[in-house]
Amino acid sequence: MTSPLPQQTLLDVHALQVTFPGRAGMVRAVDGVSFTVAAGETVCLVGESGCGKSLTAMSLLRLVPAPGRIERGGHIRFDGQDLLSLDEPSLRSIRGREMAMIFQEPSTALNPVLTIGDQIAEVVRVHTRCSRAEAWQRTEAALAQVGIADAPRRARQYPHELSGGMRQRVMIAMALVLSPRLVIADEPTTALDVTIQAQILELLRDLRERTGMALLLITHDLGVVAEMAARVIVMYAGRVVEEAPVEALFASPRMPYTEGLLKAMPRLDPAERLERLSTIAGTVPSPDALPSGCTFRDRCPHAWERCAQEEPALHQVSAAHRARCHLVQEPERRVPTTATGAHA
Amino acid sequence: MTRRPLAWGVWLLLGLAAAAAFAPLVAPYDPNASLDLVRLKSQPPSWAHPFGTDPYSRDVLSRVLYGTRVSVSFALLTVCLVVVIGTTYGALMAFAPPLLSTVLRRMLDLLLAVPRLLILLAVAGVAGPLSLPVLVLLTASTGWYACARLVNDELAALRSREFTQAAQATGVPVARLVYRHLLPHVAPTLWALATLAVAGTIGLEAGLSFLGLGIQPPTASWGNIIHDGAGLVHTQWWLTVFPSLAMLIPVLACNAVGDALRDRFAPTHFGGAAASTRSSSAPMRSPPVFRP
Repeated sequence: MTSPLPQQTLLDVHALQVTFPGRAGMVRAVDGVSFTVAAGETVCLVGESGCGKSLTAMSLLRLVPAPGRIERGGHIRFDGQDLLSLDEPSLRSIRGREMAMIFQEPSTALNPVLTIGDQIAEVVRVHTRCSRAEAWQRTEAALAQVGIADAPRRARQYPHELSGGMRQRVMIAMALVLSPRLVIADEPTTALDVTIQAQILELLRDLRERTGMALLLITHDLGVVAEMAARVIVMYAGRVVEEAPVEALFASPRMPYTEGLLKAMPRLDPAERLERLSTIAGTVPSPDALPSGCTFRDRCPHAWERCAQEEPALHQVSAAHRARCHLVQEPERRVPTTATGAHA
Repeated sequence: MTRRPLAWGVWLLLGLAAAAAFAPLVAPYDPNASLDLVRLKSQPPSWAHPFGTDPYSRDVLSRVLYGTRVSVSFALLTVCLVVVIGTTYGALMAFAPPLLSTVLRRMLDLLLAVPRLLILLAVAGVAGPLSLPVLVLLTASTGWYACARLVNDELAALRSREFTQAAQATGVPVARLVYRHLLPHVAPTLWALATLAVAGTIGLEAGLSFLGLGIQPPTASWGNIIHDGAGLVHTQWWLTVFPSLAMLIPVLACNAVGDALRDRFAPTHFGGAAASTRSSSAPMRSPPVFRP
């Protein structure tokens, strides 16, 4: 794991806002999200279901589903180019070639009527001027690269003929066939068995090291984060609530929500094992019914009056660590940990 | 779900296609030749002339066989055009930018409001007898509406599927996305629609020719053979009965095959959600294979 600062910025998202028409006006499903990913870096985007992680990912490719819209005002710079002002053909030439996506559910993200080889070769043929035979060769090479044995035979099979882990390998092969500089993986292991999960993560890490691609990993699993990331961005209710290098985040989380997530993670080492896994009470508020002030205050064990009146800014904790919590300014307000346990 | 038999319908259609293709070999006489205006005029069926002869002493069996060629190729050409136009329009409707899509939708509503037969009659009435290619164009250009709707509905359902998003995320252009990734899902329902459309078009051609607006004599088509014999139905029944029976074969067979295909791929209703989920859960790349 290298420090993220001196590297060249590959992706720079600033004030990204995605809105959906709701019953009472526009609903901000992603609200002012800003972050960067350096070339070759692994960044994790963490949060519960419904907090806007996947939508953020889709926005990066400008593929927000229909009534949703990316609002003007922010920017998504990829290698210096603002994706929000690009026309459709230029966007298409970036999708799949420069920036690729691995989907959560390989069984629904692969087209059931095409062989997996056809689907991978399609990516090659759309983006490069090369012959059918050449595209097929690259396809087989890509399948071999993700550890699929007997690639020439497998390439002629349909998705339903493969196991779940195999299908996810195919998705990864499809994303990596043109060696993109950024790969977005949206919960790539959620749909898989635990043993297969480890293999897929191992594969991703290995491929990242070999190809030097940047990886934006979206997950709700902090175990995955600890294993993969250099830097972590925690999202809550469409906002970035904490951003830190992975060691700093695990050692001293500054946002109570992150603390809650960490406590909810099962531990194997007996020293840190709690009597019982703690949970965060309640659920993520719906984006059309956000509480005033801090969006997490309803579920926060430390909340006081200021949290209801004023939305906290993303305070700088240290050079690479930011947290959206008033506790950064007023640490004396923190309720002792035992009380937190009781709350949970 | 009980499977309706595809087999007999398919065999009937194959037999008919063979009859049409090999008409010159199978037909005992020239369809337009007056064999013997005095002695062979208006003969009832016999061993020499199984379907009898008409007032010009032409052999009705030969005329029906040659008529098969005209009627069947007319229907096939028309339906091919219908599928091409309908699919293109449906795909445009599903994937065009919102404004254009709305315009296309309203235009389709407008077209659907005009009765097809009325247009055909009006054009034939004003322009006089139409040649076969013009007739094909005319029937096709008034017959693709249902196909466009069906394709649009199916594509709209497929558009929200994850594999469509995944394909878009790899930078596939829309036209290619529709053609290579999505149309294979629609193919089974399209086949069912096309088969049923063939039956309908055969009937339509017969109707137009019967009215004297379709295929022009002396070229034999089922419709104008019936037209020729219509006035004599009381005395020379064989002039109308045999071509009518011939017409029944493809119509019945197409309907049977079309229904069977539809049942197999869209068990609840035509073009609905069930159609798209079923057709995509069953891996099928090529059009359905008939298993006689």
